[in-house]
Amino acid sequence: MSSGISRADVEHLAGLARIELSEAELDRLAADLPAILEHVATIQEYVGQQAAGDDVPAMSHPLPVDNVFRADEVRPSLTPDEALSGAPESEQQRFVVPKILGED
Amino acid sequence: MSTETLVPFEEAITRYDPVMGLEIHIELNTATKMFCGCPTSFGAEPNTQVCPVCLALPGALPVVNAKAVESAIRMGLALNCQIAEHCRFARKNYFYPDMPKNFQTSQYDEPIAFDGYVDVEVADPDGSTETFRIEIERAHMEEDTGKATHVGGSTGRIHGADHSLVDYNRAGIPLIEIVTRTIEVPADKAPAVARAYVSHVRDLIGGLGVSDVRMDQGSLRADVNLSLKPKGSSTLGTRSETKNVNSFRSVERAVRYEISRHAGILDAGGTVVQETRHFQESDGTTLAGREKSDADDYRYFPEPDLAPVSPSREWVEELRGTLPEPPAQRRARLQAEWGFSDLDMRDTIGAGALDLVASTIAAGASPQAARKWWLGELARRANEQGIDLDALPIAPEQVAGIQSLIDAGRINDKLARQVFDGVLAGEGTPDEVVAARGLEVVSDDGALGEAVDRAIADDPDAAQKIRDGKHQAVGALIGSVMKQMRGQADAGRVRELILEKLS
Amino acid sequence: MARTDMDQTDLTRLSADQAARALAAGETSSVELTRALLDRIDAVDAEIHAFLHVDPEGALAAARASDERRAAGEATSYLAGVPIAVKDVFATIGQPTTCGSKILEGWMPPYDATAVAKLRAAGLPILGKTNMDEFAMGSSTEHSAYGPTRNPWDTTRVPGGSGGGSAAAVAAFEAPLALGTDTGGSIRQPGAVTGTVGVKPTYGGVSRYGLVAMASSLDQAGPVTRTVLDAALLHEVVAGHDPMDSTSIDAPVPAVVAAARRADVKGLKIGLVRELQGEGFQAGVLARFDEAVHLLADAGAEVVEISCPSFVHAIAAYYLVMPSEASSNLARFDAMRYGLRVAPEGVADPSAEQVMAASRDAGFGDEVKRRIILGTYALSSGYYDAYYGSAQKVRTLIARDFAAAFEQVDLLVSPTSPVTAWPLGDKLDDPMAMYLQDVATIPANLAGAPGLSLPVGLADEDGMPVGLQFLAPATADDRLYNAGAALERLLEEKWGAPLLAQAPTLEGGAR
Repeated sequence: MSSGISRADVEHLAGLARIELSEAELDRLAADLPAILEHVATIQEYVGQQAAGDDVPAMSHPLPVDNVFRADEVRPSLTPDEALSGAPESEQQRFVVPKILGED
Repeated sequence: MSTETLVPFEEAITRYDPVMGLEIHIELNTATKMFCGCPTSFGAEPNTQVCPVCLALPGALPVVNAKAVESAIRMGLALNCQIAEHCRFARKNYFYPDMPKNFQTSQYDEPIAFDGYVDVEVADPDGSTETFRIEIERAHMEEDTGKATHVGGSTGRIHGADHSLVDYNRAGIPLIEIVTRTIEVPADKAPAVARAYVSHVRDLIGGLGVSDVRMDQGSLRADVNLSLKPKGSSTLGTRSETKNVNSFRSVERAVRYEISRHAGILDAGGTVVQETRHFQESDGTTLAGREKSDADDYRYFPEPDLAPVSPSREWVEELRGTLPEPPAQRRARLQAEWGFSDLDMRDTIGAGALDLVASTIAAGASPQAARKWWLGELARRANEQGIDLDALPIAPEQVAGIQSLIDAGRINDKLARQVFDGVLAGEGTPDEVVAARGLEVVSDDGALGEAVDRAIADDPDAAQKIRDGKHQAVGALIGSVMKQMRGQADAGRVRELILEKLS
Repeated sequence: MARTDMDQTDLTRLSADQAARALAAGETSSVELTRALLDRIDAVDAEIHAFLHVDPEGALAAARASDERRAAGEATSYLAGVPIAVKDVFATIGQPTTCGSKILEGWMPPYDATAVAKLRAAGLPILGKTNMDEFAMGSSTEHSAYGPTRNPWDTTRVPGGSGGGSAAAVAAFEAPLALGTDTGGSIRQPGAVTGTVGVKPTYGGVSRYGLVAMASSLDQAGPVTRTVLDAALLHEVVAGHDPMDSTSIDAPVPAVVAAARRADVKGLKIGLVRELQGEGFQAGVLARFDEAVHLLADAGAEVVEISCPSFVHAIAAYYLVMPSEASSNLARFDAMRYGLRVAPEGVADPSAEQVMAASRDAGFGDEVKRRIILGTYALSSGYYDAYYGSAQKVRTLIARDFAAAFEQVDLLVSPTSPVTAWPLGDKLDDPMAMYLQDVATIPANLAGAPGLSLPVGLADEDGMPVGLQFLAPATADDRLYNAGAALERLLEEKWGAPLLAQAPTLEGGAR
C-alpha cells in the first residue's frame, strides 16, 4: 500500500488537529513523514500473513478487565477558583473564550 | 442567501415520499456525572460542579457511573432492544470550546443496546387509530458538553470583541442517544408519526424514572433528519438535520416544514444541501446553520482509559424485572380503571396528558375531573402559548387540589378558572390563590339572602312569574344574584333561597 | 536531632535504603539529607540540567514534618524523609507541571497525581520536577522545550529519554530516588545509558491519575533509582489499585521488596530474546550483556534462546498506537481553560478556532507536532484499518509471543538499549533513527508486561554505561526484582563497588 503523504494531506491533517502550521513546518513534515510511514506501514502486511486462517483480535487494553464502575455518589468538586486557576482569561466565574465560529 | 420557495405540504406529499430518522438524546437524572463524581443538580453557580476530569485537566481520567449503565440497559430493554454482551466506549474526536477534552467519550460500533422497536399510535381524522412500528437501530451512552454563552461585541465588554463565557457544570452529564432506523410511512402521516414517536419515547423513558424527559428543559432533545424521494423512485435524497426542536408540536411542525422546503428545492431542479438546520419556534421554519467545512472525520477509536462494559445476562434479567408494565398494557388497565371510552383515552394520549391525568387521579381527583381540566382548560392555555402540557407551571397535585376545592363547595367552575390563572402565574398554591384573590364562594345565607332580596326587588316581573309557578324565570334572578356576588356564590344554594323566598 | 559523622558528600551518596536506615537510626535527619541534596543540585544542575523546577521550601517543610513525626514516635513509612525528584509529567500541587512543553509553561495544577499523593502520604519530600522530552515524546530529552539534560557520565552526551532528567538526577547524586514514566522505554532506556536502575511496572500497576497522558494504553509510572532494592521500595510506595484510574489493577501489589532481598536466581529459566541482539546493537553493549548473562548462568540460572518473531514489528506498531492515542490526548491543550494562549499574527478579531490553532502551533515543539500529525493520519477515515487497526493486532501478536515465551522461561533478557549514550545533536536530523533506539523496550509496553533495566558495565568503545533488561509476565513484577537484585550483587562483587562509583566527578561537585 502507498505510504505517500502529500503536503496537501499534511495541511488537511493539521486542520483536523487544530494546529496552524507555518509553510516551513508543512515542508518539513511533508519531508519527514513518508519515511516514518514507510516503516510503520510494514505491519499491515505482517498482520495479513499472520492472520491467514486465524483472525487476530485488536488489543485495546493490555490486561483483560471489564465492568469497572463507580457508585453514583457525589465527590468533592474543585472550587471555582481552583477550576479557573489556569484560565488564560476569565469573567463572571466563567472561562472567556474568543468568538466561536463553528457549531456543534 | 436565496429566499426559499416552499411547496405547500399537501402538495409536496403528492409528489414526494419523506424518509425520516429521529435521534433523541435523553439526559439521565443520576446524582453524578457520567465519568466523575461531580453533582448534576440544576441551577448551580458557574463552574462550581467541575473537577479535573470533567474540566479535562492534564492527567485526569474517567470512571464510569454504574447507575448510568444501569439506566442505559433499562432504557434499551424498554425499547425492546438487544443488550450487548460486550460493548466499549469510543472517542469521537473534534474540537469545540464547550467540549473540554476536544473529544466526546461516546460509543461507536459497539453500543450498549441495539435492534429494538416501539409501536406508536396515530389517530386518523375519522377517529380510528393506526399503529406504526418504529425500528430502533441503537441506544448508546455518551456525555454532554459545557455551556458557552455568547457575549456580543456591541452590548458586551468595553473592548468590543465578540467572545463567549463558558461554564462547564453541564460538561459530562450522562446522555443516552437513541437512534431510529430510517422511517418510511405514508407521507401524510409522517409529521404525526414523528410527533407520536417522540411522545411515546418520552412516556416510556419517563416511566422508568431515569430522566425528567422534559423537552422544554433539554432533558429530552429530538433531532429530525429528513430527506425526500420522488414518488415511485427508490433513490434517497440528501438529508437535512433539524435541531432546536423543543416540543412535540415542534417535531410535527419541523417535519412539515422540511418536507415543504425540500420539495421546493427539488421541484426547482436544485439539490438539497446536507446541513444542520435550526428550528424557529416563532414561525415554524428552519434556518440554515453554518455549513460544515470538512466532512467531519471523527477518527473514532476505542477509549483506552475505560474498560469494556459486559453486562451479565443475570444483571440484564434482574433489570428487566424492574421495568414498569408495557405501555399498551398500562393504558388498557388505566382505561378500565378510569372508565374512559376509547375516544376519551385516545384524546388523553394524543394530548400528551396520560401521565398528568394519572398523577392528578393519584392525588385524589376523579378520572373525569382530571381529564376535564387537562384536556380542556389547561390544553387550551398550552396551545395558546405554543407549549406542551407538561411545560405548564402547574403540578398534577395542584389540579387535584383545585378540583377538591370545587367538590367542597368553596369555589365553582367559573372561579376555578381564576384559580388556574393564579397558580400558572406563580402566585402560589390553589389555597393561597383563593385566599389572596378572595375567590371563596360565599356560603353565608344571610349575605346571600340579602342579595336574593335585592334581585327580587329589582325584577318584580320575574319574581311574580316564579310565584305563579314558572320556575324558568329563576335563571334571571340567579344571574342577578351571581353578578352581585361577583360569581362567588353557589348557584344551587342561590336557587334554593330564591324559591324559598318566593314560595 | 542527633548529629552525624556523615558529611555532605556521604549523605548525597546514600542509597534510599541506606538513607532510610540512617534516618531510623537517628544518624541523620530528613532536613539534613534534604539540605545536602539541595546543595548538590545547586552545585551541579547548572551543568546537568536535570531539574526544571526545584522547590527548596516545599521539600524542607516536608522534611521537617517527617522529622517531627519521627521524633514524636508516630508510625512512619520505611522511606519517610527520603527525598525524591518527580518527572515533570505528574500533576503536583504547589509546583509547576510543564511536561517539558511551552504550552504548559508555569501551569500550577490544582490537584496531585495519585502517585504523588502517595509519595506525600509516605513522607517523601519532593525536591523538584525533572526534565523530559516534551510530552514524553523522545529518547534523548533533547526535545524538551527548556533545553536538554546532560548525561552525568559525559556531559556532551544525552541522558536518554524521555525521562532523562530523572535518570540524570539520580546518576548525578542530586536525588536518591526519582519517579518516572515509561511509554516506550522512557524509564528503562535512560536508566541503561546513565548507569542507573529503571523499572516499568506491569501496566495498571501504578495509577495513571494525574499522569499527563501520552499513550493511555502504554503509559506507566515507575521507579528511577541507583539500586534494585531502592526501586522495589519506591515501587511499593506508589503502586496499588486506584479507583480514579479505571485501568489500574485491582489486586495486591506484588511482593517486590521481599523479592529484591531474596536475590536468588538458582533454578530460574531465563530466555535470551533472539530478535533483540543482532544487527543494530553496539559491540560494546553486547559484550557487557553477554558477560552479565554468563554471571547469571554461573549463579545457577538456566539460559536458553527464545524467539519472539513479532518483536521486530514492535516499533512500527508503537509508532502507530502511540501517536494515535497521543493525538487525541493532546487535543485538550487548546488555550481555552489552561496553558499558553496566543493570538494569530495579523488577525484583527480572531475566533476561538484560530486562537486554538495558533496557540498549539506556538506551544508544541516539532516532535510533538510530528507525532500528532502522524497519529491523526493513522486514525483518519480510510486509514484506520491499515494503520491503527493493524497496530492493535500486532499488539496481540506480541502478547502471544510473550505468553509463549513465558511458558518456557521465567524471565526474558535483552540489552535495554542497542547503543550507549550518543552525543547531543547526533540523532536529531533523522526521526526514524531516534525511534529505533526503543527496539528492545517497546515490546513490553505494547503487551503491558513489566521490565527492569540495571547497569551491567561500561562499553569498551566509549566508557559509557550499558544496561541489561529483564522482562517478566504481567503482574509478576517481583521476578524482575529478584533477578535484578541477584545480578546487581554479582556485578558489584565483581566491580568491588557500584558502577556509579566510576562516574566522573562533576565540576563544582561537593567533595
